Amino acid sequence: MNILSKLYYKYKKILKILRLYLIIAGPGIIVMVADNDAGGITTYTATGAQYGFHLIWFLILLGPVAYYVQEMTVRLGAVTKRGHAEAIFHAFGSFWGWFSLLDLVLTDWLTMITEFIGMTAAMRIFGVPPLVTVIGAWIVMSAMVLQGRYWTWEKLALVFCGLNLIYIPAAFLINPPIHEILRGSLIPNFPPGGFTNALFFLLMANIGTTIAPWMIFFQQSAVVDKGLQEKDMRWGKIDTALGSMLTVLVAAFCVILTGTLLPGQPINDAATAALKFMSINKHLGACLAIGLFDAGFLGAICISLASSWAFGEVFGWAHSLNHRLKEAPWFYAYYILVLLFAGIVVLIPGAPLVLITLFVQVIAVTLLPAALVFLILLLNDEETMGEYKNTLVQNVANIGITAIIIVVSTLYGISALFPNILK
Amino acid sequence: MIVTFFRATVQTVRAINRKYATPHLKTTRFVRICLGLLRGYLLLLIGILVFKFLQALR
Repeated sequence: MNILSKLYYKYKKILKILRLYLIIAGPGIIVMVADNDAGGITTYTATGAQYGFHLIWFLILLGPVAYYVQEMTVRLGAVTKRGHAEAIFHAFGSFWGWFSLLDLVLTDWLTMITEFIGMTAAMRIFGVPPLVTVIGAWIVMSAMVLQGRYWTWEKLALVFCGLNLIYIPAAFLINPPIHEILRGSLIPNFPPGGFTNALFFLLMANIGTTIAPWMIFFQQSAVVDKGLQEKDMRWGKIDTALGSMLTVLVAAFCVILTGTLLPGQPINDAATAALKFMSINKHLGACLAIGLFDAGFLGAICISLASSWAFGEVFGWAHSLNHRLKEAPWFYAYYILVLLFAGIVVLIPGAPLVLITLFVQVIAVTLLPAALVFLILLLNDEETMGEYKNTLVQNVANIGITAIIIVVSTLYGISALFPNILK
Repeated sequence: MIVTFFRATVQTVRAINRKYATPHLKTTRFVRICLGLLRGYLLLLIGILVFKFLQALR
């Protein structure tokens, strides 16, 4: 009887913890899974096709990197109750504030165009014309926020996050070589041919897709909108850690898919990979196309929200997803119109979409270092953060990560501007 | 209507500039060095972008 009551007590306790986590979970998982956006999926499929399973270990390393950066936004949001844009204005003044806000708006809008490129390319595989995809996606994206509750939006976004995991069951359809995958995952190694320029470019692309400026702004604002307190911080960190594991998992399974079925084939975008999969296995191709659409969709809603929250914070508009349309008209108008204009660009015949994709990489390079440096400085301000300021270990890790990201993303941006540098 | 909108926007921007005129972060030596390096880095990037633009024009 005693054992039974103890077991029942433990069961109830675990249930309570799980329920509490499910209440607080959201921003961390959403931001991390949305990080695997259309551009990310393209990078991972290209990595797998070009280098097989050799770089899975590198993707695994990027998980903790993303966690360390994003975890800071949880603390900053929970303690200051300010979004990242407002925090920059408040701490560094209007010069750095405007620089960050305008750069974010431009980067986000350009990135949103790439998300729509991914979505339309994925749906074209099913015979859906781009116009229908853009209008349909835009209506669903708008409806998701206009229902007037953060909680509902978050749970809907989590459903799309679940759909992003489609690559995992898809990989099991093809019986991948587990032994080779484990070797590529656990033992750091470079592909045959050694450390070439092409490999360096792909490594930079993988880093660039793992840490993006919008993620910092999004998660901090989401933490504030959700109303996370200092006491919830532990759960927010668990949420972020779980999210970083999921992002690595999705990336690794994308690599496994193309590494198994399309080794050595030149893949420039995920839609091409999906088409090639279609000819091998119809269901597999459909999975990749659905995943690509979902990645673009999730990326677009989060990126648009990051900008809307940032504008709302700085301009003093009502900017919570808990507001109705009448209560926060500018916030919702910004979100909806930015998405609409991004979608329209994709529909313009002859629009320079490749140039836009390249330009995103270059513009992101101007914002990412600033956002990371501001984050570290804010997290070291004792007056603001109190007992939650960065510890020595956190500073060593974060400053190291930031330095590496700045160097690598700068090289990535320069090599996008001057492609012959790496040839 | 457009003129009214732009006038209101300019006023809002001015109000924001006034509100955030003074940075609230304690300006330690570390902060000054970081912001200085950031300015230098951004100037370098702008230089590279201008160079690329001029190169494309030629």
